[in-house]
Amino acid sequence: MIDIWALVLGLLLLFVVGAMIRLWLGPTSADRAVALDAVNTITVCAIIVFGVAFNETVFVDVAIVYALLSFVGTLWLARYIGGDL
Amino acid sequence: MIRYLLTFICAFCTYLVLTAGSGEIGLWSAFEIGAGVIIALVVAAASTKWFCPSTDYRMANPLRWILLGIYICIPFFLEIIRANIDVAIRIITGNINPGIVKVNPGLKTGFGQLIFASSVTLTPGTLTLEANEKTGAFYIHMLSVPQDMVKKKTVDAADIFSYFKIHEWVRRIAE
Amino acid sequence: MALDILVVICIGIGLLAIGLGVVGILRFPDVYTRLHAETKMTTLGAIFICLAVILTEGGVYLATKDVGHIILMLHTLLALAALGFTNALSAHAIGRAAYRSGIRPELSVVDRLKEVKSDD
Repeated sequence: MIDIWALVLGLLLLFVVGAMIRLWLGPTSADRAVALDAVNTITVCAIIVFGVAFNETVFVDVAIVYALLSFVGTLWLARYIGGDL
Repeated sequence: MIRYLLTFICAFCTYLVLTAGSGEIGLWSAFEIGAGVIIALVVAAASTKWFCPSTDYRMANPLRWILLGIYICIPFFLEIIRANIDVAIRIITGNINPGIVKVNPGLKTGFGQLIFASSVTLTPGTLTLEANEKTGAFYIHMLSVPQDMVKKKTVDAADIFSYFKIHEWVRRIAE
Repeated sequence: MALDILVVICIGIGLLAIGLGVVGILRFPDVYTRLHAETKMTTLGAIFICLAVILTEGGVYLATKDVGHIILMLHTLLALAALGFTNALSAHAIGRAAYRSGIRPELSVVDRLKEVKSDD
């Protein structure tokens, strides 16, 4: 069963690279924030898949904390873009 | 004081869910329960001000939370799947017609407005951009605006969802 | 065996959704339409991948009766709740900030928010 999870991880890495292209090209900073949000979501998925592939509950805990911290990061980025900071 | 107690109960329940399966008393060990009580007291002292800002206790009713669970599992999930098929087709064909419309579902409480805004963001081709808390109006960016909505000043809330009356569900849950 | 097929179907739907979301980010013309693709598609992909994880762990629990798998399942559910809730809110925050920073939806056929802002 570990083979299919490895395949999933490889594809998720490919998608992260795809979102990184928009992060690099993005004409405005809001575009870059959107791409960063996509990268964060895909990373959370990848950490959960890592957790189930190696059968470690701790990895999933890391995924929860990463999701909440990336939310806080996106909020501050949005405040900066909106001009409140 | 009631606000502090409610925040404490929420924090303690979250801690218990995260540490389930650690010992013999029920599912938890004695150490985890003791540590959970202390941590929940500290967390509640720090976060009561924004977690439970008003003295409006209608969300303390567990029946409303059960209804929220049913709402997320059936109508909301089906709407998400339908919305994603729609957006996927638009991504492949590139057929978009974007615009910003105004919707007023008539929700009064802050929690109801929060659920409605999140539901709108995750369902059919719509995205909440701005919300007016006093009048309860939402400004929604739509991926594809139908022709008859372009003329209207305020769009009816029932028109933007397809199968279920999401605003009726939200009103039942939060008001 | 039927469970394995179900898990593979869930993984397939999830990966397809995330892939289409990334294609949408690269393909759509402005910030607001990109936000549509990003928020909806990656959230659905995360839901289906987590569903696949939950089904796998449930199957392993039924085979081995090890409580650790149930705990992993519970934590995955919590991670999914955190992800779904925060994704919607951060999309709202980015969209609002983009509008305030002066990026206008040039392609749009109707803009009710501009009328309100010009009244102020």
